[in-house]
Amino acid sequence: MSERANDHYVAPVEETAPQAIDSVKLGDRKSNLWLDAWRDLRRRPLFYVAVAIVLWVGAMALFPTLFTDVPPNNDCLLANSNGGPEAGHPLGFTRQGCDVYARVVWGARTSLLVGVLVVVITAAIGIPMGAIAGFYGRWIDSVLSRVGDIFFSIPYFLAAVVVMSVLSQYRNVLVISVAIGGFAWASLARILRAEVLQVKNLEYVMASEAVGRSRFSTLLRHVLPNSLTPVIVYLTIALGAAITAEATLSFLGVGLGSDVMSWGNDIAQAQTSIRTAPMALFWPSLALTITVLAFIILGELVRDALDPKARARR
Amino acid sequence: MLMYVVRRLLQAIPVFFGTTFLIYFMVFAMPGDPILALFGEKTPNPAVLEALREQYHLDQPFIVQYFLYMKDVFTGNFGTTFSGQDVGDVLARTFPVTLKLVIMAVVLEFLLAVIIGLISGLRQGKFFDNSSLVIALVLNSVPVFVALFLAQYFIGIKLGWAPPTVGANTTWAAMFLPALVIALTIYVTGMRLMRGSVIEARDADYVRTAQAKGLTSRRVVPVHIARNSLIPVITNTAASFGALIAGTTVTEGIFNIPGVGRTLYQAIILGEGPTVVTFVTILTVIYVIVNILVDLLYAVLDPRIRYV
Amino acid sequence: MTNPPSASTRRASEPLVSVRDLEVTFRTQGGDIHAVRGISFDIFPGETVAIVGESGSGKSTTATALIKLLPGSGRISAGQVLVEGRDITGLSDRQMASIRGGVIGYVPQDPMSNLNPVWSVGYQVREAIRANGVASGRKDIEARSIEVLKQAGLGDAERRTKQYPHQFSGGMRQRVLIGIGLGADPKLLIADEPTSALDVTVQKTILDHLASLTREKQAALLLITHDLGLAAERASKLIVMNQGRIVEAGPSLEILQNPQHPYTKRLIAAAPSLASRRIQSSTEVTFADADALGVDIAKLAARHDDDSAIADAEPAITVSDLTKVYSIRRGGFSSEPLTAVDNISFTIPRGTTLALVGESGSGKSTAAKMILGLEPPTSGEITVGGTRLTGVSRSQLFNLRSRMQPVFQDPYASLDPQRSIGAIIAEPLKVHKVGDNASRDARVVELLEQVALPSALAHRYPNELSGGQRQRVAVARALALKPEVVVLDEAVSALDVLVQAQILQLLADLQQELGLTYLFITHDLAVVRIVADSVAVMEAGKIVETGTTDEIFDNAQVAYTQRLLEAIPGAGIPLGA
Repeated sequence: MSERANDHYVAPVEETAPQAIDSVKLGDRKSNLWLDAWRDLRRRPLFYVAVAIVLWVGAMALFPTLFTDVPPNNDCLLANSNGGPEAGHPLGFTRQGCDVYARVVWGARTSLLVGVLVVVITAAIGIPMGAIAGFYGRWIDSVLSRVGDIFFSIPYFLAAVVVMSVLSQYRNVLVISVAIGGFAWASLARILRAEVLQVKNLEYVMASEAVGRSRFSTLLRHVLPNSLTPVIVYLTIALGAAITAEATLSFLGVGLGSDVMSWGNDIAQAQTSIRTAPMALFWPSLALTITVLAFIILGELVRDALDPKARARR
Repeated sequence: MLMYVVRRLLQAIPVFFGTTFLIYFMVFAMPGDPILALFGEKTPNPAVLEALREQYHLDQPFIVQYFLYMKDVFTGNFGTTFSGQDVGDVLARTFPVTLKLVIMAVVLEFLLAVIIGLISGLRQGKFFDNSSLVIALVLNSVPVFVALFLAQYFIGIKLGWAPPTVGANTTWAAMFLPALVIALTIYVTGMRLMRGSVIEARDADYVRTAQAKGLTSRRVVPVHIARNSLIPVITNTAASFGALIAGTTVTEGIFNIPGVGRTLYQAIILGEGPTVVTFVTILTVIYVIVNILVDLLYAVLDPRIRYV
Repeated sequence: MTNPPSASTRRASEPLVSVRDLEVTFRTQGGDIHAVRGISFDIFPGETVAIVGESGSGKSTTATALIKLLPGSGRISAGQVLVEGRDITGLSDRQMASIRGGVIGYVPQDPMSNLNPVWSVGYQVREAIRANGVASGRKDIEARSIEVLKQAGLGDAERRTKQYPHQFSGGMRQRVLIGIGLGADPKLLIADEPTSALDVTVQKTILDHLASLTREKQAALLLITHDLGLAAERASKLIVMNQGRIVEAGPSLEILQNPQHPYTKRLIAAAPSLASRRIQSSTEVTFADADALGVDIAKLAARHDDDSAIADAEPAITVSDLTKVYSIRRGGFSSEPLTAVDNISFTIPRGTTLALVGESGSGKSTAAKMILGLEPPTSGEITVGGTRLTGVSRSQLFNLRSRMQPVFQDPYASLDPQRSIGAIIAEPLKVHKVGDNASRDARVVELLEQVALPSALAHRYPNELSGGQRQRVAVARALALKPEVVVLDEAVSALDVLVQAQILQLLADLQQELGLTYLFITHDLAVVRIVADSVAVMEAGKIVETGTTDEIFDNAQVAYTQRLLEAIPGAGIPLGA
């Protein structure tokens, strides 16, 4: 046995022939981060469920008349107060005698609009603030980050309460969106800044500058597109959170005016009769919860799909 | 460590003035009479109006108003509420109640996050992991006030397992239900953090090294996986502590808990603008202070920050 | 065996670890991956064995299979691993725990990530000692841990046990890991690339120490490495792996001097550290197989010797008195100056290569950034082809940039993952507004050809390419504007030897074809020998020695340079004699 240590073993060359060094092997499909993420999303059943819910709610918001013949605000008969389901009114009536189902349908528009507007405002402030602070560094970063810190340090729900209290005469969708988005951007800016700080030190960014591309152009072309993953995830989830925030503010009476139909207002009005007609509270709450859940799930799925490491682990 | 603390405290100064200034600015830099705007559709009586103008130094230029107001805040002169009570007295009465509620909620949240997150991370992709995530996301999607109503209605009224409202009886037991509801609606963030860092730690080189030393998983899991993963969860929990103090408005309103939040809740509901502003400012200052403590806690937990 | 030999000789002749037909499989979404495909070998008590291979050869997988710590979804799918005659493939985690540490110790590759950042160093050593029952009682364990760290060469061990990993340098951490690995006096120590993350000079001291410690403790050593020179220098037995199989195994010297398998021949031909030996001894060794591949490091180096006559040509680039001072934040408020680059000067004649050599922190990369105009110098001057680069206006600098282009180190970070290969290569043309779309597309095809890549790649994305192919794309991008000077900042350091040799070959061909001037920045002196005409050695921001490559390698004057040269692994192996 001891000679074995001195054996010179050579594997049969036919079985272990070396291959060409570093030959190019291309798959039959193009592949990059976004394409791969898209392919991954399309394989997950939950993705379709979430998208279907979002499309459904979107359709209700855009074309409510496809879903109900009951006009939005009239047709409320006090005689129907807290009435149960009946033909043409599948979910019964509110205390004011309004059709619950119709109100859920019409309320979708407000909720979704607030969500989308908040996301637009959050992105419009948060992306430039975070990207510029992270990319240019030095005093620009110090100034922008301190400003962000200030906005970050006021819980955005409290800030919105103050704004809505002050602007009590102007309680419309745009104002409430500004009140929420005007403070929610600070988190986004923080997240993006951290990401940009990592990406800007990568070698392709240096290569781009060594070619002579201007700093700003490099930021737009190379740094920002490669820092967007957490931004997309954050904004998707923020859309759901904004819908909740609107509902909560409306519930407190500092949200939208009581004449505006929104899920939040409906829940707020139904709470007074929670013991006698709990279903009037239940249905708008369910619509709200399902919509928010759909956006949260979308955010989680996109996060997974855009993270190659997470994909490999599955 | 000392340098870190000093630097963090210095950073807090502009934030402190910035936040209070911003709130003040939002209210008092609006065109028109800010006090009237705060009352909305209501018409206050002239005496109240005059008292408020006095309190907010409205005869001075805006920036002077702010500094005089800050001086009042620092000297403990918070002014009076709408109904004429001294804000300082109200705080002294209500803050301990809120603190009790929030501590209970935060402890519950932490336990849920750590236990479920750890098991999920160790059994990544298995049934427990998937189902616990779905449950947490659903709970997270229910707006707090809806969850509170449901709990109040089913557990409080229908089943009678817990008092549906708290009222003057602010014992731990009486406030357990609302605390649990809060914890259930927010633990998902901490759980995801815990799960994520457990998965990361499980694959980390230092865990393999620990196993290669001859340690069994009974030791590797708590000492090398859980200990490292706790850092982000603890800081997240501490941060939610601040957010909760600021966010008990709805909870205390619905469960009628006599804390800071209910005071704000009633002021909002009744449209008492000036009281709202006062309490929002106070809650924001508390939030800022808690956030500083969170960062210091971070340094205590992570030797990489402790010993620079 | 009818006549058993005496107990002591029998123990010596029985393998400590015996691997039989071992197969390791990883389960992935795209199906099973067979990382190790039926390998067999023995490790006898006290001997040093090295497994050599490129990334993906299965060498590290084999190492972790011996202690059943396969990463992720990996599992032993067939075969046996006998440790002292006992098959471990069926053992439970608890049973394995008694083998790990006590019988088989393990020293991992990356000292930065292998110590738990939240526990003190002493705690992590004591844990290893306690787990293997080498000592008991708090005092004993404490004493033993300090002794272990001292043995591993950590000075001031008593005080240092209370510190945390982030307060240690890479070399010190690796000593701690060696201490942990040997803490329980294992019979076999597996060292998986124990020094590849460290500076060359540190590398040598650590390996020396590892060798003497294992000898002292009479432990066997299994060394996993990509570096054939290092393996041959340290191990008595070599196992060469490729694609999960053993292609050749046997005594180190014999394999190096008389390789039989074509893959081994290839590896030897491509290993820079071994090549330099051959030139010095000017022994004519030809490997038919390596010839056929067009990759022979020795030939590459020899070619440089031929055309070293151009040394008097006009300088393509002149750097004089270049200095960079950073101000570093100390603690909180005060700042102190740090001189990263200290008054360096050199010239590179047109069409030649200057290697700027130094260890981490020597300032070589900062110098590169200043020359590329990515970092403004504190003082000093840079001239390219007679035109000053420093103190010029922004638009002048923009025009000058086309004369000088970089290739960076990390193949996975050097290409924007969201742009197609064609867009990446055409970017310099676009920025400088050269030609129209059609002519730019044509130029991209031409450049891809120059770096020997198929033109179909233009519409693909970087994530489909290997590290070597990405570096080719980076070279193509650098060449797009027809620069005079290419700054290669550790451009081949992250690549496997065969791919490295291929890229070096490509660079040499391009230099001849296009008359390029290279500034070759590297920590790896072995590669310098092959590619450079002249060498400048940097230490702590200063150039400590310059000269032609031959001068430096044959007759280094400065002690630091001599230390660097000695640290080249495999330099002392008589080859092909």
